[in-house]
Amino acid sequence: MAVDRPTEKKSDVPAGLWTRCDPCGATVYSKDLAENLHVCPECGFHQRVDARTRTEQLVDPGSFEEYWADLVSTDPLKFKDRITYKDRLKKAQQATGERDAIVAGKAYIRGRPVVLAVMNPAFIMASMGSVVGEKITSAIELAADENLPVVIVTASGGARMQEGMVSLVQMAKTSAAVAKLDDAGGLYIVVATDPTTAGVAASFASLGDVIIAEPAAMMGFAGPRVIANTIKSELPEGFQTAEFMLEHGFVDRIVARLDLRKEIARIIDYCGK
Amino acid sequence: MTRAAATNPVDALVGFTGAYLEFEKPLQRIHQDIQQLEREQGESRGDLSAEIRSQRTRLRTRTKRLYSNLTPWETVLVARHPKRPLITDYIQTVVQDFCELHGDRTFGDDPAIMTGFGRIAGHRVMLVGHNKGKDTKERIACNFGCAHPEGYRKAMMRMKLAAKYNLPVVCLVDTQGAYPGIGSEERGISQAIAVNLMEMSRLQTPIVCAVIGEGGSGGALGIGVADRVAMFEHSFYSVISPEGCAAILFKTGEQRKRAAESLKLTSKELKKLGIIDTVIPEPLGGAHRNPAEASANLEQFLAESLRDLKRRKVPTLVKRRYERLRNAGSYFETCQGKKKIRVTRATSPSSGTNRSATANRVARLDRTATPAPRP
Ligand SMILES: [Zn+2]
Repeated sequence: MAVDRPTEKKSDVPAGLWTRCDPCGATVYSKDLAENLHVCPECGFHQRVDARTRTEQLVDPGSFEEYWADLVSTDPLKFKDRITYKDRLKKAQQATGERDAIVAGKAYIRGRPVVLAVMNPAFIMASMGSVVGEKITSAIELAADENLPVVIVTASGGARMQEGMVSLVQMAKTSAAVAKLDDAGGLYIVVATDPTTAGVAASFASLGDVIIAEPAAMMGFAGPRVIANTIKSELPEGFQTAEFMLEHGFVDRIVARLDLRKEIARIIDYCGK
Repeated sequence: MTRAAATNPVDALVGFTGAYLEFEKPLQRIHQDIQQLEREQGESRGDLSAEIRSQRTRLRTRTKRLYSNLTPWETVLVARHPKRPLITDYIQTVVQDFCELHGDRTFGDDPAIMTGFGRIAGHRVMLVGHNKGKDTKERIACNFGCAHPEGYRKAMMRMKLAAKYNLPVVCLVDTQGAYPGIGSEERGISQAIAVNLMEMSRLQTPIVCAVIGEGGSGGALGIGVADRVAMFEHSFYSVISPEGCAAILFKTGEQRKRAAESLKLTSKELKKLGIIDTVIPEPLGGAHRNPAEASANLEQFLAESLRDLKRRKVPTLVKRRYERLRNAGSYFETCQGKKKIRVTRATSPSSGTNRSATANRVARLDRTATPAPRP
């Protein structure tokens, strides 16, 4: 139900002029990498990108209008582990310039108006607390109210432990919003990216009318270490990837990042939205 | 009103045959003293009844004191006690004429979630709940109450059946969590739970939920969306097990006590946070010491909730259920006008001539594709 994975990959944040691609070891000019939407030109590896970069990659230039930007969590549990949740939030806010792990609003994708919500793996592994839950719910409700398609780019380690049960109920809240949109006949497209797991996987991320996933994105419910400990053996190759989910029928299409805009537009058109 | 005959509270303490938990050792010593005195009395070595009476009073007051101040970690241990009543016990005591329905008609029958018709306090209901199993054999068979996707799908199928015939749904939650295994992932445990959350939110019939033991994260919530949510006094409900939380955040499993405190997983805390509506009181010394009284208390809660919910119109009920979920965790505020967060990186989307590499690529990708008409 919670973050149980490596939180950062070195290749996440291109710091200097050159970026090293972890899977293939190639050193790529950072500008080229950005121009290739952070997909390694050598091996095709889809790097994690933060929510602003992702938004920019998806929407018609300049068309994004942000909503609910000023929501912040109030630390309902007064949670403290090795550091307080308040400090953890502050650190993440300073490191990312964001208030929480999601960016949402309205935009155009190849001329089609959409409601867009993008989770931010750079912010406490995009774990879902009250702010993420509220913005996902508001985005889905806005789509229902204005008869717009909603596109949610998921990436999350799961529920935000530091908000305890308040974070768990966000799963029910967001899923209820999807039901409301469904009743209103609205279109909901999920774009699952690395990693879409645990409490987010077990709620709105699995409820799209169409679920597309980026290649090799990690997708699953339980943490791989937990599963390995339970079954007391090694996990099979490719377990809990987008390809695994496709094979087992829980992802509809795997779409490379460079084709996402085109594919989203195509689905919107087919649904007549 | 109930078939579960109430037992004298001290008789229940003295009659307890289960294992004592570490923190209950002082109670165990008094219990042993009473047993010793009773043996001596039986061998007619004089009249010890006054001494026995005073030890019984001591046992009662010490138990009461201990149990009214359980730490969160002690609560977790009580909720997991091997003698704690399970759904199968409540089926004997609270539910009449239980008619079990097996299977999800797609994959199989997951014994970790039981479903079926039954009567509670005169109301016809659909019962759905986790089963942890009574003995080793049963526990292994039902994976200690950890359900697979087919368990959640079986639950949903029965809830839809209930809605069709206007039967309220009663969910009893008691699980460490959904089963973490390969088959579980292959058969879509995420999707199964997600669908339950979505469908329960709009199910056209009343839903009452009670956490009777462990409320373990998504696996618990997967049958836990309801119009009334209650917890037994010494049960717990948490986003992650204290052990899991300790391993991840405190970097050592030894910190599970601290994790249990931080997570605010007790019935009292969750009532305060507005996550649950009702705390169902437990008998002296916990449900495992007096299942009959625990049953009576559960029955009373269910009877009152069912009577109340059945009086309401279903559309109103479903609307309220949505609003309740909608407001769940309103623990955020707007910070406009308040202190600004220091932005260390330019984040504004580019436009015009000063486009970023990304925007350039987006523009180029578009030129190569057929444009779509703006609706
Ligand atoms: Zn590469």
